[in-house]
Amino acid sequence: MSLLEVRNATKSFGSLVAVRDVSLTVKRGELRAIIGPNGAGKTTFFNLISGLFPPTHGTVVFEGKDVTALSAHERVTLGMARTFQITEIFPELTVFENVRIGAEVAAGFRLRPWISNSEKNELKRHIDETLILCSLTDKTDRLVGELAHGHQRAAEIAMALVLRPRLLLLDEPTAGMGDQETYDITQLVRRLHRESNFTIVLIEHDMRVVFHLADRITVLDQGSLLAEGTPKEIATNEAVQVAYLGKAA
Amino acid sequence: MSGEQTRKLIALAFIWVLLLLAPYWMAPLGGYTALGTRVLVLGLAAMSVNFLLGFTGVLSFGHAAWFGLGAYGCGLILKFIAPSTPLGLLAGTMLGGVMGGLLGALIVRRRGVYFAMVTIAFGQVFYYIAFQWSSLTGGDDGLRPFSRQPLHLGFTTIDILNDSIAFYYFVLLCFALAVSLMGFILRSPFGRTMLAIRENERRARFLGIPVERHIWIAFTLSCFFMGLAGALYALVNNFADPRGLHYSQSGDFVMMAVMGGMRSFWGPLLGAAVFVILQDYLSSITINWMSFVGLLFVLVVLFFPRGLLGAIRRKSEA
Repeated sequence: MSLLEVRNATKSFGSLVAVRDVSLTVKRGELRAIIGPNGAGKTTFFNLISGLFPPTHGTVVFEGKDVTALSAHERVTLGMARTFQITEIFPELTVFENVRIGAEVAAGFRLRPWISNSEKNELKRHIDETLILCSLTDKTDRLVGELAHGHQRAAEIAMALVLRPRLLLLDEPTAGMGDQETYDITQLVRRLHRESNFTIVLIEHDMRVVFHLADRITVLDQGSLLAEGTPKEIATNEAVQVAYLGKAA
Repeated sequence: MSGEQTRKLIALAFIWVLLLLAPYWMAPLGGYTALGTRVLVLGLAAMSVNFLLGFTGVLSFGHAAWFGLGAYGCGLILKFIAPSTPLGLLAGTMLGGVMGGLLGALIVRRRGVYFAMVTIAFGQVFYYIAFQWSSLTGGDDGLRPFSRQPLHLGFTTIDILNDSIAFYYFVLLCFALAVSLMGFILRSPFGRTMLAIRENERRARFLGIPVERHIWIAFTLSCFFMGLAGALYALVNNFADPRGLHYSQSGDFVMMAVMGGMRSFWGPLLGAAVFVILQDYLSSITINWMSFVGLLFVLVVLFFPRGLLGAIRRKSEA
């Protein structure tokens, strides 16, 4: 069974059609990359999947359940988590506090006035595991707002991971990064996919990253689906080369 | 880390010792006990505003509505129903909290300026109701006569009406219970979701927090605290009047919170103390006392954006 299925999604803002009739099926355990030139509608498409706003037409099905009408926080509760192109974190809180809020919400404690010591220990263990996975253990007590850009991105991924999502949506995880940082994040995403078996959909500009990581690639152009296939198929696809890769190469 | 915790504990102990001994150190410094009582009550109100402003990031500019409703709730009980101080406090707290909760549900989707404007409008609605409904509220003359009643504890009776020191300690007890509850909430998982909303609403939403519902809960809790502060204020003055509902009163509370330091738990109490003491001192010299308070406010915001307590804390850390 597919984990995520988007059927004929269209999103228009007034007369501007940002996403036009795009369908997408992601299998459990898959790593899917969405690429396309600037303004292709990638982030809008992501927003439809994660529920930032509803599609004008079309449906989003997650684990067999139609979630089109559900709000963002309800989709998170069902097992979707995402990061943003521009890092969305709690700058004046420490790395630990940032991740703890997600851990507590995911554990169903968000309205609790009180948590027991054993619950607290269980949370702590889960948070520490997540911080180790994202290589943030030496920054636990630092304010997130004071970290380097790359570490802020890692912290945002940690905040998504601690929710134990079944689908992880990453919007340009390497945006604005230097070579070393890009490498680190790429390794992290690869570990999450290969070792921790996360199903991941990511938007990415950096072609080295995309072709290195993705099982399948979806290409959007001017809001429409241009092509879909394995990295090899996409690399040799003529329409893609003309619209996108051709310009870059 | 543990050094920071010890410092926090020492500061906390210092605040409580200061409050517990206030009737004894205030007189030699030229103050009087009733001034301390006013600081506690207005401090509680400013801390309630800050529960929302400083810890949820939501600015209500009409919080005097719930303060004034608390005062009227308490006064009406004492005047018409039963001569019981605890019942008056309970009624005032409930009136402020329940009305705040009901009206808050209508506006939690609004943000920023729009939210602040609607809360001002709510406050003004209650102001004009109190102003016009003379048969019940006494209109512009205020609600009177009523007076706080001695506390009957079974084995003894405490005369909080005539013994100003006993009344101070009664108010301090109510204050302590309320702010302890506030502190407890802020340290709970729910309290941390409030911080999350303050820091980044979009991220909070994408962690699975139903942001509107949590803002509503925080708003309602803050209205209950505000109602209690208003009810205590009615006891302080043995009087309730429409100006307690007016938006200028709301503005005073916001000013106290910001001046004292809205990112710190105790900041608004310091802000209230500065406000009340300046008012007491300056208003005996000039009727334009508010322009001096306003000047101080501007200076604090310009030079200590984190408020007086924020500035003190920064200095002690440096």
